[in-house]
Amino acid sequence: MSAIRVFPEWRGKDLDGMLHAVVELLDDTEFPTVKRWREAGGKVVGHFQVYFPEEIAHAAGMLPFKMRGAPIEPKHADSHFGSYLCSILKTSLELVVSKRVELELFVTHPICDAARNLAAVFGRNFPYPCQILYLPQNATSPAAREYLAGEYARVRDLCGQIAGVTITDDALRNSIAVFNKNRELLRKLYAIKRETPWQVAMHEAYALVAIGGLMPREEHNELLEAVLPLLEARDRKKHDRVRVVFEGGFCEQPPFELIRAIGRSCYVVDDDLLIGLRWILADLPVTGDPLDALAWGYLERSSYSPVQHDPRKQKEDMLLERVRNSNASAVILAAAKMCEPGLEEQVAYVHALDEAKLPYFVTEFEENMTSYDTLEIQLETFVENLLFV
Amino acid sequence: MSETAGTESIVGRGNREGARLFRQWFDGLGQAAEENRGGAYVFVMGSLGELLSTFDLPLVFPEINSLQTAVRHQAHDYLNEAEDVGYSPDICGYVKADVATQRRGGMLPMGRIPKPSIAVLTNACNTYIKWAEIWERMYKMPAYVLDIPASRQDGHPVNRHTPGFERDRKYVAAQLRELIVVLEQVTGKKFDVDRLRETMKHANTMSRGWKRVLELNQSRPSLFNALSDGTIYLGVCNGFRGHEAGAKYFDQLVEEMEYKRAHGIGTLVDERHRLLFVGVPCYPIFRRFTELFSEHGGTFVNSTYLWFASGGTNLGFEYELSDPLESLAEGLLTGVSDAMDSMFFQTKALVQMVDDFAVDGVVYHPVKSCRTTSTGQADSRRALMAERDVNSLFIESDMMDRRVVSEAQLKNRVDAFFEGLESRRNQAAAGLV
Repeated sequence: MSAIRVFPEWRGKDLDGMLHAVVELLDDTEFPTVKRWREAGGKVVGHFQVYFPEEIAHAAGMLPFKMRGAPIEPKHADSHFGSYLCSILKTSLELVVSKRVELELFVTHPICDAARNLAAVFGRNFPYPCQILYLPQNATSPAAREYLAGEYARVRDLCGQIAGVTITDDALRNSIAVFNKNRELLRKLYAIKRETPWQVAMHEAYALVAIGGLMPREEHNELLEAVLPLLEARDRKKHDRVRVVFEGGFCEQPPFELIRAIGRSCYVVDDDLLIGLRWILADLPVTGDPLDALAWGYLERSSYSPVQHDPRKQKEDMLLERVRNSNASAVILAAAKMCEPGLEEQVAYVHALDEAKLPYFVTEFEENMTSYDTLEIQLETFVENLLFV
Repeated sequence: MSETAGTESIVGRGNREGARLFRQWFDGLGQAAEENRGGAYVFVMGSLGELLSTFDLPLVFPEINSLQTAVRHQAHDYLNEAEDVGYSPDICGYVKADVATQRRGGMLPMGRIPKPSIAVLTNACNTYIKWAEIWERMYKMPAYVLDIPASRQDGHPVNRHTPGFERDRKYVAAQLRELIVVLEQVTGKKFDVDRLRETMKHANTMSRGWKRVLELNQSRPSLFNALSDGTIYLGVCNGFRGHEAGAKYFDQLVEEMEYKRAHGIGTLVDERHRLLFVGVPCYPIFRRFTELFSEHGGTFVNSTYLWFASGGTNLGFEYELSDPLESLAEGLLTGVSDAMDSMFFQTKALVQMVDDFAVDGVVYHPVKSCRTTSTGQADSRRALMAERDVNSLFIESDMMDRRVVSEAQLKNRVDAFFEGLESRRNQAAAGLV
């Protein structure tokens, strides 16, 4: 168990004070919790979107830092890339080039054509290992699970080597238990969003999830255990708002202000924002082979996104299921600018929603966008049409 | 045969035969479409032509079909049609041209292609997967993603002497066995391992030949233009993989190149500057793009395109025919990994090419449509510049979309690049560098 704590600001505060501290932390592009972790002697694994088996880094005593870009100007990183690329690539590199965060290991995944280039780009610029974790794209192959467990064993050995420890199965099981707890708490948070969305604003829920990638997960668990009962007991008035699902936040994140603006217009009762932190949908076994358990979870008990091919999880069917399960009446279909998988998936989503006669609002965003007025007006018009037609 | 007659029959044969074979291949696709026989939709990086042709499936390469619409200046119609049904201007142009092709019942400027009975694809490009998902939705046919784990880190290429390689090879081999079952179901034909041996034997000849052809272009003057002539050879390399006609073609192509080298016959250009090309060609102005360089005496002696778009055939990997399936897995893993390396971890290979091919300049051509090949180019260029004192040019356009191709701007940049090369040459002659 990690004894290091890096986020004291929320402790001893009331709910509003805690939420304020959480939002402040998310807003801080200097990533103070990661710096504190390093000052305490900790090492950091930077893992790019979407999913990474953080338990492995955790078992090595390293901080798994979720690299999801940032609303910063890529002053140094820009010259490392050409045009026609999504912003998150550039700002993720900028975070490290500008030394806002420092890493001992960088891992990316073949989630898209752009992201898989990052291991090479980072590797040419930093002296530590910068690698691709080949998560299987043939999820239904009977050979995929054994292969993935082997790939995880490779990452385990690499993390152990960097951390200077031998990662035992017991250490991994312990980490799985910590993350099981975290996933359980996040499921509770999403249950509040779904069942009583007036109790937690979209941006509050988002911030509560996102900061999990910035601190030891035990500490995140402590925070969520303190916050969730207070959210449930909150005295908030229910408004007559449309219940919507937000789809399109699996990789590059919409600006926080945009999330806040969407939350002002409607109740977002479910979403795929930072889905990698919520990828595993059930508790993983804490007995038996821990790497096999992680591989099983990834393949058999997982959510969906446009960057994983699994014929059992046709994305448009999964979206409709998400809408049904959350009792939503409309969908916001977003995609990050220049995001090939996100933009391609939008077409299938639109067709499925048309067939299901579900209203939807299509938009694009960029993490660095600063003007939301037009989008907010369009969204409000969409919502008003639904309310008053 | 007189010397002149020999020259006339051999020189240029690769281009003539390549065009003829391409026509023949496309006519075969047209016939399959007429007879309502389904094709196997495949991609250039890991086409598995060796295996699929044993099931008598006509091979359809949607990438090649799409680029042909650009070469024939008709891509814009196809792109517009796909954008009209919701596909973004910011996604791969190949995908959009194919979407329009499917909506037109397979009609292309060159003829008609059959519908897919199956799609077989690797993960060498993520867009392959998204693309196949579109066909799955359109035709409800199986799309088999053959997952190939490639190099994990720069400077650590896939190495067959490591335990990790064996683990990956087992994974690929298991998938091949699964795929064979799917192919038997789709075609109603029993897998014939002896036919596979036969196609793998032809593939061996082609791989050996392709490697040799690429090596021979180290000659001065260069024997072929990697951008224009090379693309023709590449078409045969992909479309006829595992076929006797493909093997014969590459035997003859090696003969042609050996002949040209022996007789000091280069391309039509008076070679002044030897260039490398990094990325995907500018198909909307394909011929003109090459001319922008050849007008200055620039010839492309090699390219990463001839590596990755041949699925790593450039390595010359030859299958062990006594154990075909296991060897096919090893070859796929080795070749497709190398194709990915030449897109993602390309710097060392480029440094080697600069040295081996006595290169004067490197042309980087990132395109809007293809993030697989384009994302890392600017950074890779910085790394190459740090390793070798060689001129380079970074020009952005597209492989499909003429709206993103500005010929005038390209020409300005290319002209300035050659001024730099000339200036460098003059300074070298004066002993200043």
